[in-house]
Amino acid sequence: MRGAWENLRRTEWFGLLLIAIVGALILAAVKQSFLSTFNVYVMLLGFSISIMVSMSQMVIIAIGQMNLSVGAIGGLVAISFAGFMEVWGLPIPLAILAGLAIGVLCGFLNGILTVITGITAFIITLATLSIFKGINLGITEAQPFYEVPAVVKWFGNASIGPIPYLVILPILAAIAMWYLMNRAVIGRQMLAVGGNAHAAGLSGISVGRTVVAAHAISGGLAAIAGMLVVARLQIGQPTIGDDWLIISFAAPVIGGAVLTGGHVSVIGTCLGVIIVTLVSNALVLLAIDPFFVQLLLGALILGAVGLNRYREVKAEAHRGRTQEAHA
Amino acid sequence: MTNHRRPVAILFSSNQFGLLLVVIGFVLAFTFGTQGFASKFNLFTLGRVVAIDVMIGYAMMVVLVTGGLNLAVGAIGVASVMFGGWLMEVVGLHPLIAVPVTIGFGASLGWINGYASVRSGVHSFIITLATMSIFFGAMIVLTGAQPFRALPQEFIQFGKMRVFGIVSPLLFVTLAVTVLLVYVFSYSSFGRKILAAGASPAAAELSGVPVGRMFIYGHAISGALACVAGLMLTMRNGAALPSMAGQLGADWLLPSFLAPVLGGTLLTGGVVSVIGTLLGAVLVTIINNGLLLLQIGEFWVQMFLGLILLAAVVLDRLRSVLAERRRATA
Repeated sequence: MRGAWENLRRTEWFGLLLIAIVGALILAAVKQSFLSTFNVYVMLLGFSISIMVSMSQMVIIAIGQMNLSVGAIGGLVAISFAGFMEVWGLPIPLAILAGLAIGVLCGFLNGILTVITGITAFIITLATLSIFKGINLGITEAQPFYEVPAVVKWFGNASIGPIPYLVILPILAAIAMWYLMNRAVIGRQMLAVGGNAHAAGLSGISVGRTVVAAHAISGGLAAIAGMLVVARLQIGQPTIGDDWLIISFAAPVIGGAVLTGGHVSVIGTCLGVIIVTLVSNALVLLAIDPFFVQLLLGALILGAVGLNRYREVKAEAHRGRTQEAHA
Repeated sequence: MTNHRRPVAILFSSNQFGLLLVVIGFVLAFTFGTQGFASKFNLFTLGRVVAIDVMIGYAMMVVLVTGGLNLAVGAIGVASVMFGGWLMEVVGLHPLIAVPVTIGFGASLGWINGYASVRSGVHSFIITLATMSIFFGAMIVLTGAQPFRALPQEFIQFGKMRVFGIVSPLLFVTLAVTVLLVYVFSYSSFGRKILAAGASPAAAELSGVPVGRMFIYGHAISGALACVAGLMLTMRNGAALPSMAGQLGADWLLPSFLAPVLGGTLLTGGVVSVIGTLLGAVLVTIINNGLLLLQIGEFWVQMFLGLILLAAVVLDRLRSVLAERRRATA
């Protein structure tokens, strides 16, 4: 028992867990409405979408790249998903599969283009961001699809007590991502490529294939996020995904991901999302100007990277001292 | 890199010359292919848009040369313009005083980005992602998302004026800044130091260049240029609008990268092409305008811009690969 506690205390996300728990306790003490069924339900809805979006970015951070097109893929899939059902009358399972396929294909394109051209993913995904968003606007002409089937709407809004059904998928996705990053061969290869692509290539990993796989997974996760938003909003909005960029980087970075690649934490990312959700919720409950959310989100990112950096510097100094002692 | 070829040969093999040809090609195509491209009104409008988009491109360019990124260009542009609007409308300062103060404000926002990035050692991508959110958020909170519509006439008039019937004076501002930037990066020791710091921070540091300070200057200049772009847009709109660069100022992101990247500025730093950025922005604006006149539908324009960016970087990459191969066989 004592061993388990020690292990937990040593994990890199222990501090985040403390912040989340203490934050939630303070909110519960200050505002009774914090624990109300409705408030918990609303928080979990926001949490669900953010988890999918952050996971989508996290895979790409793992390989040491960036994916600016996460939101554009999510938006394109969202309107395709709604459009398939409204215009073509596709049955729901088929529409879901088609949406997922579009997302994976978009990610696959990102990956293939990065690998073949050798151009940084930042520029490639900036270009595809514009292309995917352009296709989205070209198809919809900025008008939403309204005719979303009742079952989809129901799934987006039904709940057991305060727990929305919507939260099931993100939790499954987070578990799958944890398995991928910690136990699966391809996940470990992604981290190896992110840590040092050259060394990974020399040790027999196909760097190109790994990068494409990461982008395809990222596209798939963004696709699921897009379809979840359709279920939640009950319409296929062309603007879905427009505001995902900040949160997609904020949660993994708060969770301790290293932007140069090679290190991400699934649990840390989840805790990052929880902290951001708590902060946004606190502002609403305390009736503070909702515009402050943006300001605070930026400050949170800065605080997190500052803290990570401080820890790094301290660790280096510590290493330096022990080396001196050995010398 | 000593070049023994004649200047003409250098001109023909340069990236900018290719870009210039593409620009001329599109101008000819749209002049004969559409109605109204060469009309006085369209040229005037085009000139105003070009003037602003070039400035936005420069704002990103000066940070790219240091090997950094500035995602907050739009946020700085809007935030500083709203500050300027407040100075002129609420405080009642004369534009001649308010404009320099506003530009100084924009520069200091950029300075914050540079300082935070250099002192923390965190890449400017993540710093400016955060400050984009902070600057824009603070601006919205302070202004209550309300525009300033009663700006002084002498300020607004500058955006409406026409010289010789078709030329907007905003173009003169852009030209002046272009000349200044060409001078700084090609002839001044200050500009060469920034380039050296961007190309190889370690080597620059060893040769006595204060690398950190150069990065900070790059960000500060970027902030000032973003602010100038914002001021020009305000003159065009006739009001300081919190929404003029979209949510978080993100609408400027694509044009800000398009112009320098099309113009041959490298994301890895150390290489700059001021004229290339100018041509890049001109190309994007012309294509944008032409596609609208062709009535392709404004909604498809964004997709074409993305395709153009993709094609441009892929072609550029191809060119450098071929050049390397030729060098290897020679």
